[in-house]
Amino acid sequence: MDNKSGMTIIVKTITRITVPTIILYGCYIIFHGHLTPGGGFAGGVIIALALLNVMIAFGRKFTNNWLNINFLEKLESISATLFLILGILGFLISSAFLFNFINHGELFRLLSAGTIPVLNIIIGIEVAMSLFLVVWVLAGLKLDKGEEL
Amino acid sequence: MILPLFIIIPLLSAFLIAIVSGKKDNFANGLSIISALLLLFGAIYNFITQNQEVIIYKIGNWDAPIGINLVQDSLTIFMLIIVGLISLTSLIYSRQYIRYISTDWKYYSLFMFLITGMNGVIITGDLFNLYVFMEIALLSTYALVAYGGKAEEFEASFKYAIMGIVSSTFILVGIAITYSATSTLTLAKIAEQIPHINTKIVYLVGGIFLMGFGLKAAIIPFHTWLPDAHSSAPAPISAMLSGVMIKVLGIYAIIRIFYNIFGAPEFFLNIFMILGVISILIAGFLAITQWDMKRLLAYSSISQIGYILLGLGIGSTLGILGAVFHIFNHAIFKSLLFYNAGSVEMTTETRDLKKMGNLKKLMPVTSKTSMIASLAISGIPPFNGFFSKLIIIIAAIQSGHPILAALAVIGSIQTLAALLKVQRFGFHSENKTEVTENKTSFGMKFAMITLAFLCFAGAILIIPGIREVTLDPIVEVIKNNGEYMNMVLGR
Repeated sequence: MDNKSGMTIIVKTITRITVPTIILYGCYIIFHGHLTPGGGFAGGVIIALALLNVMIAFGRKFTNNWLNINFLEKLESISATLFLILGILGFLISSAFLFNFINHGELFRLLSAGTIPVLNIIIGIEVAMSLFLVVWVLAGLKLDKGEEL
Repeated sequence: MILPLFIIIPLLSAFLIAIVSGKKDNFANGLSIISALLLLFGAIYNFITQNQEVIIYKIGNWDAPIGINLVQDSLTIFMLIIVGLISLTSLIYSRQYIRYISTDWKYYSLFMFLITGMNGVIITGDLFNLYVFMEIALLSTYALVAYGGKAEEFEASFKYAIMGIVSSTFILVGIAITYSATSTLTLAKIAEQIPHINTKIVYLVGGIFLMGFGLKAAIIPFHTWLPDAHSSAPAPISAMLSGVMIKVLGIYAIIRIFYNIFGAPEFFLNIFMILGVISILIAGFLAITQWDMKRLLAYSSISQIGYILLGLGIGSTLGILGAVFHIFNHAIFKSLLFYNAGSVEMTTETRDLKKMGNLKKLMPVTSKTSMIASLAISGIPPFNGFFSKLIIIIAAIQSGHPILAALAVIGSIQTLAALLKVQRFGFHSENKTEVTENKTSFGMKFAMITLAFLCFAGAILIIPGIREVTLDPIVEVIKNNGEYMNMVLGR
């Protein structure tokens, strides 16, 4: 790792410890979206912030090596497409667009509420990727104006 | 075609374009043209099969106050057909025109989001859902206006974004007040509650919505963003913005809110009439003074929106008929004029009328179609624009506003003067240009000729037998404003 880019060693060490925890917490918020407060959007924002945390602490170049940005761009579009496909399945399988066609299960169980957890996961990916990429692109524009990375 | 498909098709193609396209735009262009064709045919199919009844679609099979409703009536189908028609010709036109700027798939993806937003605004039956779709359409246009990447395009886009956000904030505040007063966001349910709430709240909310949607429709005095944004955008986008967007986000939303929900209060109708006439006169005058071809056309759009607003404000059957017909006509000839401006700009690389010359021989198709569009927009018979303006003027006289009618006639003469300026300096002047090559391709010519044909053919909509199945049901929806609520709530 290049020690010169990014912030000091203290920030980097703390980030290395906290980022997995933040991502885990984001996943928790997403997976329990149908049971507790939160859901796809809130969890997605948390995951995006964890990724941005890495970008701020370690710098753009490290993050570019660590993450496959092109893949994330595709993932963003793919998750939105999956949401639409799930909606279309609603009226192909049953009666209406976005109809909840999976068995609703038992209340307060993790695997319940039909399509809602699936939609929450898709929304989580979509929000995480798009929020991260928006900031990524904006930060890139600022760098392009001055000298290269 | 079932209603959510009008949102699903453009949205799915926007994402598919982003996933599948590589560096080239062939796939993106093909897919977007196919989906625009599907949308147009779907809208026409719904028009043939609808039988003048209201169709409600419940998303997720949830009933009205809990879930979101999609509503289809005659006005909805009419607007869907306009969006489908103009977006299809615009995409055909874009194929070569956008390659002149860049060969990128992003344009088509953004274009599909724009269609998604507008179709969503048209078919939704929920006030907050309308706001969300409006933002989708606006966000994609902010990017599309700046697509050329020049400094003044960024400036125009920034100005547009600021004004758009201000007006969206007004609309959001209006929605919040409506929700607190009526405890519902479904349009039909709000309409049911309106007679029971304090009239002062209706006036407050109406004023806020008039500011918000008036900014979207670019009614004077809320017009300042339009000349910059519409003249800086690439030509097919200018056609979409001027031809469709200001009508869908502005006029259509005003019709739904002030007529179908508030029940057309007299106070607001008078404001519409006055603002309409002010828009006609001031924008008509400003249009004559412009030397930038697209800027002139943009000012003329404000003036034509004034006619639509005047017709709506008169509020009689004839006035609304004229307004509805003018929505259709203006979409066609204004898009055509922007296509002409785009091909002139592409060939001569200038928008300044003083620098253009004798383009009549070099660009015969562009020159002839622009002559047709200029005559149609100025209200010369037998083109479609003549009939809609005539109906609005007759309606003004019949409802006892001869002064407004006279001012509308003056506005029509102003439009004629402005557009003749384009003809005189742009196509028929003795000034020799150094340009020798006509860069207009087949696709661009096809789009222009199609719309020029519709400038003639549009006039048949007013023939009594045809009018009874096309325009009269729409007038009925706007005129019998309580009917919307009863039909949607199933009474």
